[in-house]
Amino acid sequence: MTRIDVNRKAFGRDEVLCDIHFSFEPGEIVALLGPSGIGKSTLLRLVAGTDTDFDGQIKRPDAIAMVFQEPTLIPWRSVLDNILLPHPALDVKTALQALERVGIDMKAELFPGQLSVGQQRRLSLARAFAGSPELLIMDEPFVSLDGRTADDMLSLTEELIRDIRPATLFVTHSPTEADRLATRILTLAGKPATLAPEREASG
Amino acid sequence: MKTRILSIVSLLALWVVAAWLTADAQILPQPWALLKPFWTETASGELPHHLAVTSLRVVWAFALAMAIGTTLGVLMGLVPAFDRWLDPWLVIFLNLPALVLIVLCYLWIGLNETAAIIAVTLNKIPNVTTIIREGARSLDGNLRAMAQVFRMSRMVYLRHIILPQLAPYITGAARSGIAVIWKIVLVVEFLGRSDGIGFQIHLYFQLFDVAMVLVYSLSFIAVMLLVEWLILQPWERRVRAWRTA
Repeated sequence: MTRIDVNRKAFGRDEVLCDIHFSFEPGEIVALLGPSGIGKSTLLRLVAGTDTDFDGQIKRPDAIAMVFQEPTLIPWRSVLDNILLPHPALDVKTALQALERVGIDMKAELFPGQLSVGQQRRLSLARAFAGSPELLIMDEPFVSLDGRTADDMLSLTEELIRDIRPATLFVTHSPTEADRLATRILTLAGKPATLAPEREASG
Repeated sequence: MKTRILSIVSLLALWVVAAWLTADAQILPQPWALLKPFWTETASGELPHHLAVTSLRVVWAFALAMAIGTTLGVLMGLVPAFDRWLDPWLVIFLNLPALVLIVLCYLWIGLNETAAIIAVTLNKIPNVTTIIREGARSLDGNLRAMAQVFRMSRMVYLRHIILPQLAPYITGAARSGIAVIWKIVLVVEFLGRSDGIGFQIHLYFQLFDVAMVLVYSLSFIAVMLLVEWLILQPWERRVRAWRTA
């Protein structure tokens, strides 16, 4: 279970988040909506543990994975190493299977720079799911993709989430994206931002 | 490559013309007039001995300056408080003439090998630190976040994320480093050692033997060119492979 209790998060005097409390279970997919600049990405960083400077407590499982806005690959290591280095426990065969799952196993020996933008995104997905995460965090993973690619990526993500069943928290701007993927929708509002009353998602 | 060879040949031609115009082998001998003294010095073992001594000093000073300079540079690039403290020192040492450091080292430590190597090392550290600090400042924050989320171990992070980003800066520092270091080593030998290329140049300077001064300096330039071609350039090509793939 992932339990988030953020009493207060500020940058200097600028209070960004206050009194955000929620929890979610494996298999649940939580979408986080809200206007830009409100603090969605800040909240994600707190949940991911890359920012620990806040007042409150976050309980999260050990195996965490994240899909960033940009693919954030290691450009000087091969596609296969991009799976193996973050997951040293995996063997080559499993890593290749993870690549196969997203359709780029033939590219294992290439450098990320030799992949198309869509393939780089797939690699970033493969990396996130290869470690069978218990908590998956995604920061606008389909932003800046054209309609068709975004749709492909969304379907692929849906499939992978269904198989691996992590507790998923993702940020998005798009209510349609949230409706399609999420089981629950949280909305940040106000200044400092807090959670607006919840509504059930159709997905 | 063709242009390179032509450029070197034209430099030689310039030398021949200058020597012909000077018409005094005591001031500027013809290039081929150096072959005989070169052979005598090599056969007697003098030249190889002094070359070896100087090379060893270069290697020591280079290794120390790179190790200390890289450590300081990374720390200064990553820890702002450390940078604020050390930056004024860096500016002072960057602007301190090599000669001052050399003389002070000899005066304080004594006319010995330790003083010589410390003097060269101290001269080079600020330079390496400045270059590596630039590299550490431009490290990719997104990759750091990625490594953090996936709980990559410190060693893996250092080896596969940090070092490849610093590699171009390290090669840059190494190449400019080796060139500066061997020049300073010669000055250090000139001033206070009884062997090495710098010492031999001092000796033949006093005897006003231009040919021997040229034999010794050109031999060492040749050694440094070999280091550049056989070690530094191949290494640089290797760390850049992913960019050109």
